[in-house]
Amino acid sequence: MQTNRFSRGMSDYQLKMAFIMPTMILLILMNIFPLLWSLYLSFHRYKASMPTAPKFIGGRNYARLLSDPEIWGYFRTTAYFVILAVTAQFLIGFGLALLLNRQFRTKGFVTTLLLLPMMLSPVVVGIFWKFILASDNSGLLNYFLSPILKSDIGWTTDPKIAMLAVVIVDTWMWSPFMMLIALAGLSAVPKYLYEAADVDRASVWFKFRWITLPLVSPLLLIALLFRTMDAFKMFDIVYVLTNEGGPGTVTETVSMNLYKLAFRNFNTGKACAMAYILLIIIVALSNIYVKYLNRVKGEA
Amino acid sequence: MKYLCTVTVFVLMVTMVWAPLPADAQKSLTIVWAEWDPANYLQELSKDFTAETGIAVDVVQIPWGNFQDKVFTAFVGKSDLYDIVIGDSQWLGRNSVGGHYIDMTDWINENIDVDSIYGPAMTAFAEYPKGSGKYWALPAEVDAAGYVYRKDLFEDPKEMKNFQAKYGYPLAPPKTYSQLRDIAEFFTRPEQNLYGIATWYSKQYDGITMGFQQVMWSFGASYGDPKNFKVKGHVNSKDAVKALEFYTDLLQFAPPDAPNYYWQETLSAYISGKVAMGMNYFAFFPGIVNPETNPLSHDKSGFFVAPAGPKGHYISIGGQGMSISAYSKNEDIAKQYMKWFMQKPVQEKWAKLGGFTPHKEVLQSDTFKNATPFNEAFAASFPYLRDFWAVPEYAELLEVCQTNWSEAISKIKSAKDVLNAIARKHEEIFEDAGYYD
Repeated sequence: MQTNRFSRGMSDYQLKMAFIMPTMILLILMNIFPLLWSLYLSFHRYKASMPTAPKFIGGRNYARLLSDPEIWGYFRTTAYFVILAVTAQFLIGFGLALLLNRQFRTKGFVTTLLLLPMMLSPVVVGIFWKFILASDNSGLLNYFLSPILKSDIGWTTDPKIAMLAVVIVDTWMWSPFMMLIALAGLSAVPKYLYEAADVDRASVWFKFRWITLPLVSPLLLIALLFRTMDAFKMFDIVYVLTNEGGPGTVTETVSMNLYKLAFRNFNTGKACAMAYILLIIIVALSNIYVKYLNRVKGEA
Repeated sequence: MKYLCTVTVFVLMVTMVWAPLPADAQKSLTIVWAEWDPANYLQELSKDFTAETGIAVDVVQIPWGNFQDKVFTAFVGKSDLYDIVIGDSQWLGRNSVGGHYIDMTDWINENIDVDSIYGPAMTAFAEYPKGSGKYWALPAEVDAAGYVYRKDLFEDPKEMKNFQAKYGYPLAPPKTYSQLRDIAEFFTRPEQNLYGIATWYSKQYDGITMGFQQVMWSFGASYGDPKNFKVKGHVNSKDAVKALEFYTDLLQFAPPDAPNYYWQETLSAYISGKVAMGMNYFAFFPGIVNPETNPLSHDKSGFFVAPAGPKGHYISIGGQGMSISAYSKNEDIAKQYMKWFMQKPVQEKWAKLGGFTPHKEVLQSDTFKNATPFNEAFAASFPYLRDFWAVPEYAELLEVCQTNWSEAISKIKSAKDVLNAIARKHEEIFEDAGYYD
């Protein structure tokens, strides 16, 4: 008597595939296909708002972007922002974590309070900081500072200060993230190491330099990696706070410009090429971080 | 029994979902427009259409800053979200060539009395290419940039005397940009939190471009030659440099946050009593004469036509045309609505509600001119109206202007440098689009 192939049920492999397939299909449709399609479009002259079909132009979109001094200007602005914001967030976040890494009565409450900014939507943050940083005396900060400085500060209108305003807002929002990760790292440092150092009458700096920092640094690097990647994509706060990267192009980041290229001008082919340039830079930066992280882990 | 109950409930639910609704309740029309008072007037006006036809009309409002992005994204997705789009005049080229607006030429010629519509409005808001006789829209709201001023300050005997002594001519609403500068300078008193002028300098959407272009034209410059699309020598001419230097210089008589001023900020600055004069589109002025929104100067405000320059008199055109989305499933209802909207009695009510009618007779009637304190200045602005490029590439051209002019007024680059950059970029855009082939 012959048994039917189906009546025996599915093999383990088939069962595995049956479970994985829906996710795989979704992943291919939602992630892989758009990625490949945008790569294809980046080599074409194509406007999504026009009925004409994509026309192959080779690497001309890339060549044009890479030879455009204005595009390099946006990259410089982004790099400047990333360095300032991530450094400030690192210093403030780690500093706060060191302060909170001890027992006191309202520790839970204070920690929750400090974490609030990062739980808000960046657009909401941008809007209320816009009121705080208004460049005339209707702005909360100028209201307090004007009598001391005898003039209003053009937080979002003065080209020399506007970037600082964006950095302040981003730092206010994301320093708690650094603090949270650093605090997790600090709480994991074994107490006996400090006790042993105390027995040897080690200084506070010595304990920080040779115990705290090496043990916390892998986690700090992960936090730095996340923040760098995120800061590189800065869009929402700039869009709201400085009216799409103003004054002029002083705060116009690559992502802001990419948005305009893709969704205002509908220069789809060029926008795809720019998105790929941005992707390559972020991947390269992440690799540098990861390599450094592995080295630090090895040392630790 | 339990089975029977379950089946009954299921059948009832299905019946409720699929039961045919009354024929009229099924019909509805979605109109998309920017978020401002005229959209509220249109919603109010459309109640009459619903009463006549039973067709519900929903006027969806999108904030100005995102208006274009949101509508264009819907078009790219071929969305049937909107039936009628009330879009800027500059959108015509892009949305007609892109296939997002339906061609209404035949329908308009057969169903609408084109002669009853103010000619320049038909050209600006409905026709593309200009002079081709091809229509993609009907004018819905005709608008122009204009000025509001504080009559209590301008008519104060002490101020008038001081102004006459300083400038040698009487204080009155300015007729030229040179007078505008003098008056702005005269009223700039930061110690009293009073400034001379609030005008558009913002980098948002079309802010600084709409504010500056009328100065540029009036100083003798232009965007380029519309016949051959050559830009160099026009937008970066000596006159354009002078105009941009003038507009940048004017900023010193505006409040400190003026580089961020768009329509809303300009309106707020005037309403809060911070400025003596404010530039805005006339459609935004109802808020100024409304005691609820402007308790300080609603009855002390006067209006004047945008001044002339040394080489001409031009004013930025505002307003929008009513087009039908190519992706609408309600084309017939949309046409029915547009035909209804263009009738004279409806246009009269539209004007009465506060809309700026494109209907020639209604527009020129004394009833319209006397309906609000600013309608007369609005009607007087008409002969001077001009528009930005209305070509399919307008968004790219606009973006270049916005960025560069913002750099000039922030003194990041000189007027000459930014105008040269605009000329170069605009020609690049035209070249890429094949205008020089």
